[in-house]
Amino acid sequence: MTIIKPLALSISLAFSLLLPLPSTAQETSSAATQQLSPQAKGLTIAKEMKARDRGWQDSSADMEMVLHSGKRESRREMRILALEVADDGDKSMTIFDSPNDVKGTAFLSFTHTNAMDDQWLYLPALKRVKRISSKNKSGPFMGSEFAYEDLNSFEVEQYDYRWLRDETVDGQDCFVIESTPRDQYSGYRKQVAWVDKTHYRVLKIDFYDRKDTLLKTLTLSDYKLHLDKFWRPTTQSMVNHKNQRRTEVFLRNYQFGTGLDESDFTENSLKRAR
Amino acid sequence: MKYCLTTLQGLSLATITLLPLCAHSELLGYIGIQGRTYPMSAAEQAQGSETLSAVIAPEWFRQWNDGDDSFNIKAFYRYDSLDEERSHGDLREFYWQHVGADWELSVGINTVFWGVTESQQLVDIINQTDFVESADGEDKLGQPMIHFASIKGWGVIDVFILPQFRPRQFAGEAGRLRSTPATVNNQEFYQSSKKENHIDYALRWSHYLGDWNLGLSWFQGTSREPLYQAISHNGGIALAAYYPLIEQSGIDAQYISGNWLWKLEAIHRRGIGHSPAEDLSASTAGFEYTFTGINRRFWDLGLLLEYSWDSRSTAQAGIFQNDLFTGGRLSLNDIASSEILFGLSQDLDDAQSRSAVIEASTRIGDTVRLVGELYHFHSTRSDDPLYMIRRDSYLELGLEFYF
Repeated sequence: MTIIKPLALSISLAFSLLLPLPSTAQETSSAATQQLSPQAKGLTIAKEMKARDRGWQDSSADMEMVLHSGKRESRREMRILALEVADDGDKSMTIFDSPNDVKGTAFLSFTHTNAMDDQWLYLPALKRVKRISSKNKSGPFMGSEFAYEDLNSFEVEQYDYRWLRDETVDGQDCFVIESTPRDQYSGYRKQVAWVDKTHYRVLKIDFYDRKDTLLKTLTLSDYKLHLDKFWRPTTQSMVNHKNQRRTEVFLRNYQFGTGLDESDFTENSLKRAR
Repeated sequence: MKYCLTTLQGLSLATITLLPLCAHSELLGYIGIQGRTYPMSAAEQAQGSETLSAVIAPEWFRQWNDGDDSFNIKAFYRYDSLDEERSHGDLREFYWQHVGADWELSVGINTVFWGVTESQQLVDIINQTDFVESADGEDKLGQPMIHFASIKGWGVIDVFILPQFRPRQFAGEAGRLRSTPATVNNQEFYQSSKKENHIDYALRWSHYLGDWNLGLSWFQGTSREPLYQAISHNGGIALAAYYPLIEQSGIDAQYISGNWLWKLEAIHRRGIGHSPAEDLSASTAGFEYTFTGINRRFWDLGLLLEYSWDSRSTAQAGIFQNDLFTGGRLSLNDIASSEILFGLSQDLDDAQSRSAVIEASTRIGDTVRLVGELYHFHSTRSDDPLYMIRRDSYLELGLEFYF
């Protein structure tokens, strides 16, 4: 008998760490949003965040994940390629470099704005490509404190919003907005995000579980500006308040416009990804 | 072991190494040791009950031309303390590949997988099974080939020319999991007068459309699955493999819907010329359903159910002529990527014919995996193919060091 090793469930949409939320552009006047209801104001902020992240075409980056559990530390390294798709979600490929026993494993994902995502996993030991279900959103990614859905690209349509208040984080003026996932498979009741008013970058997110208790906090820092337009965090730190574990993600060597196209995101290219 | 030469370094090194600029090469693989015990006394006296073995499987590749060209090597060697026939080496891969805008060409030894089901792989025919390596048939021998793939919007067409046949290798006298009497190696018989030099051909079209994956395949040449004939050997009786010429058409399909994965594989095989092989139809169909986050630790449980049918009589059909496979996969989603696979194959015509497996593995530190495997075989009828290995249930424990 042959049962495939299911990294399937331990690998997911890692790429979207590539496409975190906002970027610079012309600054929207917060005066314009002042007269709106909290819901409308929240939505306006979310739309502006997404609008500022259009036009990157394709990108790649190296990602390192460090899992802290008590005194133990464990590392995962991967490379992430992404392609912006007009009028739909983006395409991405994640190639694993460590731990050594998953080296060469690769994951291909087509996100869709209005349908279930398409996902494939390549298992080098069997040279087999496996189609996998994209419903598993709340499970841990590679044993880390990140769930798959934390790594998904941000799509405005996936949440309902509410502006809560304005607040300062590390000296930066922020909107505090609450997002409620529309997806019944989400593991969260809500997320509360701190978004800086100047560049619409997410600085912090509190995740509340289905029972509405605070589960995790993500802090995004060391933002760098790419192509004069796209802000990307270098460091992301997720702390789980229930088990006291922490996972850090470092994204390095960002490249944009590297000439990737549709043919780099196929089952065949997945098989030869190294 | 990863490096990418920058232009300056490349210029200074190029004269010495003749490496293309920005070439990328890497060495990886694993070394493993396994201990295996067969709790039941063997069917034949010559067969042992314990074995220790060691395996090394290094892999090396080099990419150049911005990754459009690559050379790939994957070697394999196992030493087995019990069975000299199981001490064996193989070149799983040794090929050059060029990738064009919508095509790929590979020349050399390679391994190719086709199909979607888990309990058996009917459609998968390019490579010979590495029969002595494991009981699950997952391991394959490297196959010399010229492989051209055309990747279009309407699907992928694969064309294979397979110039050299790889005969199956069988466990030796002292080994377990073998026929009784033993099947001898290096005494194969062929229908083709060209023997192992008969050139085989294969074609495949495969496509992905939304929630559907579909593949149609065709193969003509030497059957990977042998027939057996009795020969006299060292003053006694032994079996020898006979490889007929066949033509095989196959279909594989998969439909994904939420947590459901529906799977189908079917083949029709017919003999060519005066082939003694029975014409046959066979299929495997079933599903996989995944329960996610079944407890507070976010374990996942995937359940599998597959039914297999084969038009041949029991003796020729192997173990899947009218069988139901039920199984599951438990993923702990922990830092060690621990998982447990289990399954039971039950013959629906014979309540006393079944096999079961449990496989578990977990990571120790960053580079070692601990793997345990338990196989159970049960059969009481001597015309059942499982009967020969009815006393060969085993427990194996192993460590694999990845580099």
